[in-house]
Amino acid sequence: MDHLDQLEAQSIYILREAFARLKKLALLWSLGKDSNVMIWLARKAFFGRVPFPAMHVDTAKKFPEMYAFRDTYAQEWGLDLKIEPCPPIDAVDPTLPPAARSAARKTEGLKMALAKHGFDGLIAGIRRDEEATRAKERVFSPRGAEGNWDVRDQPPEFWDHFNASPPQGAHLRIHPILHWTEADIWAYTARENIPIIPLYLSKNGKRYRSLGDQDITFPVASNASTIPEILAELESTKVPERAGRALDHETEDAFERLRVAGYL
Amino acid sequence: MNMRVPSASPATPNGTTRPQVSIVIVGHVDHGKSTLVGRLLHETGSLPDGKLEMLQAVSARRGMPFEWSFLLDALQTERDQGITIDTTQIRFRTNAREVVLIDAPGHAEFLRNMITGASQADGAVLIIDALEGVRDQTRRHGYLLHLLGVKQVAVVVNKMDRVDFGQARFDEIKTEISAHLEGLGVKPVAVIPISARDGDGVAKHTSRIGWYKGPTVVEALDGLEPAKPLSSLPLRLPVQAIYKFDDRRIVAGRVEAGELKTGDEIVIMPAGKIAKIKSVEGWPQTPVTTPQGAGRSVGITLDRELFIERGDVIAHVGREPQAARRLHARIFWLHDQPLSKGDSILVRLGTREARGAVVAIDKAVDPGSLSNEETAAIARNHVGEIEIALTQPVAVDPYTENARTGRLVIEVQGRIAGGGLVLTVDAGKRASPVDIMPVESALQPQERADRYRHKGAVVWMTGLPGAGKSTLARALERRLFSRGGAPVLLDGDTLRAGLNKDLGFTPDDRAENIRRLAEVATHLARNGHIAIVAAVSPARDDRATARRVAGELFREVHVATPAEICESRDPKGHYAKARAGNLQNFTGIGTDYEPPLDAELVIDTATRGIADATDELETLLSKTGVLFDDIADLGANI
Repeated sequence: MDHLDQLEAQSIYILREAFARLKKLALLWSLGKDSNVMIWLARKAFFGRVPFPAMHVDTAKKFPEMYAFRDTYAQEWGLDLKIEPCPPIDAVDPTLPPAARSAARKTEGLKMALAKHGFDGLIAGIRRDEEATRAKERVFSPRGAEGNWDVRDQPPEFWDHFNASPPQGAHLRIHPILHWTEADIWAYTARENIPIIPLYLSKNGKRYRSLGDQDITFPVASNASTIPEILAELESTKVPERAGRALDHETEDAFERLRVAGYL
Repeated sequence: MNMRVPSASPATPNGTTRPQVSIVIVGHVDHGKSTLVGRLLHETGSLPDGKLEMLQAVSARRGMPFEWSFLLDALQTERDQGITIDTTQIRFRTNAREVVLIDAPGHAEFLRNMITGASQADGAVLIIDALEGVRDQTRRHGYLLHLLGVKQVAVVVNKMDRVDFGQARFDEIKTEISAHLEGLGVKPVAVIPISARDGDGVAKHTSRIGWYKGPTVVEALDGLEPAKPLSSLPLRLPVQAIYKFDDRRIVAGRVEAGELKTGDEIVIMPAGKIAKIKSVEGWPQTPVTTPQGAGRSVGITLDRELFIERGDVIAHVGREPQAARRLHARIFWLHDQPLSKGDSILVRLGTREARGAVVAIDKAVDPGSLSNEETAAIARNHVGEIEIALTQPVAVDPYTENARTGRLVIEVQGRIAGGGLVLTVDAGKRASPVDIMPVESALQPQERADRYRHKGAVVWMTGLPGAGKSTLARALERRLFSRGGAPVLLDGDTLRAGLNKDLGFTPDDRAENIRRLAEVATHLARNGHIAIVAAVSPARDDRATARRVAGELFREVHVATPAEICESRDPKGHYAKARAGNLQNFTGIGTDYEPPLDAELVIDTATRGIADATDELETLLSKTGVLFDDIADLGANI
């Protein structure tokens, strides 16, 4: 087994554990490279079909290429697609800095979707290497009734035994690709020939490394126009993956505040 | 954080020419773990552009001297409290290794986080302050590394600058910690004197510790080996789930040891049923023809329809794990409430979930202290050896035979509270299976079948109180008897008056009640009788146990009379009592009845007469090969 085989087998194990132990699951599909890999892994885990809904919590501010991608592949992959709206910006904590406040709409949208569907497990494609607070996550991560994350009181998790009993009214976040890196995602995408949104590839000297809302996501300087070129670029870059995500950089703790409140 | 250093040697497109190893840094609080991590990142050129300068600027703004540990203190809350509270993972490269560095907290408060981090590690760095020496948390972490199965341990003696780089002090600590670790069966790969703050011994030797000739920290990391899958051990495939998304019935799980392929003769433990692997399924390509080894997540189909469930373990015939109800384990305990003799626990072994009780505590010690105090309970953050009695047999290996299938976790109130290694199976006070010699019946099954004109079976009637289970069961009993058969009625309440009178109505007792009913019914069925069980049996898990015990003899019948009709009948007056608050744990007015999902037959006695319903039961038995045809034909003529 090579490195990608090991990552794949571990993610499949996690997805199957989630499906076996929770009653009502949904997979959060952000349309980005990570959640596309996650859907691919779910299809592997369950032999071609994703046996729970793929939910897109839509800020209505994504790039047109992202919506086109969603509509094409939801059908091609036979997904049970659920599109859930986000509330207007006025409904969001005004003490957050502007970009974080804008992103926090998604947290609110997520809460509304949870209340509407009663999911007890949400599968999310975050990775430890993306961002410091995500590095502290568990694979099965309990959330409070308000969707909040108590980083101080995370239960022990070892030997692939997961805490899968959320308290009444609360839910679990399940992170099947927590142990992957950005380079792993691209190498696997290339190996498995998983479709991607073209915005990730360089056009006129720029490309997006991470995709979010149009108004708070910016491209990075890059000439990588194929996946092998992206991988070569990652070998040498010291620029963080989320450099183009404005919400990470407004204040030292903006992203952590978002996450404690239930952001991905 | 994307912390990747430019590669010194060419890498493959996925950047993985070097073996990847996961390292955990453990040790007593304030002995310098975070400082060592910060220094390692700097020395290996792994910091993102501007990160160091940014943190230096932050320190200056706050009027504090810069510390290497700030690099790790990514969370605001951590900086406020001044301790690392959780497991963080950071990647960097040495010449020979791709390193995933897990920083685990040293504060005793956060042992669960240390365990979470260390359990993922291939190797560990145990850090000791040269001035303070070996402390309780040093010993505790050493002990836990052994329990977690981390065998490669490098010891670093930090803050050598504070003892004037004295060799005598270093040797003293080296002797003490080596003795402690070797007593646990862990031989340190190196003991290294360093000053993480100044960089001595981290990536290079300096003249200040010129007397030390061993490896630097980075060199020691280069020598660590990634964990290897257990491919050479006997096959172990713990079943995660059975999927019936299409006409295939796929048994899914991860191969924990050994390997499997199409055509293999397998045994499903603990029940011991035999089958052959018909196919190995995959996606997008299926079937998969190459052997699937340890570490692979797989799906297989079998050549026959057997009852198989999550928690079973698939092995090769003749090389199967043991089936045991009693285990002896060495565990660590993380829950606030000490673990005491007699406690009811939930044990997870692979994918199996089993209820049980702690029947003995043989040892309980604080691994941080040097004294071997023996107590009746295992306190938080302590370790011990216990005997566990489970309510059902499980497939298990001692950890010395298989490190992955020989370990368990214990859950309390839905939260992982401890874990440990299975030392022995079935040892202890109860007679072990070798002492039990089951005596076979003098009669052949066919002799009975010829007389009764049916085979043995367990007809399991489940449903709400008042649903009509007993009435139907009695009608079926009469019907079968009048045809010359040998039915036996096993009524839940009747057995509770005798065999099960030691049991109450807690979930554990209910589970045991159902298990005993299932065992008795199965014994009767194996001896040619049709055992008709009438029991509320509200829990799906408990009925799954019954099905597992009885195997292919089992026929589940859901007497699905609507709840309000059951309550209006109230033949035993239980609903009235429960409504008045005089009956605890009564199934019916609550919502704790879990209806079957795949019963062989569903009968609603509100819409079906007794005779009609009995006909249906008889048809079920004849269609599924229990009643012989001539009986069914006779039935049709009446």
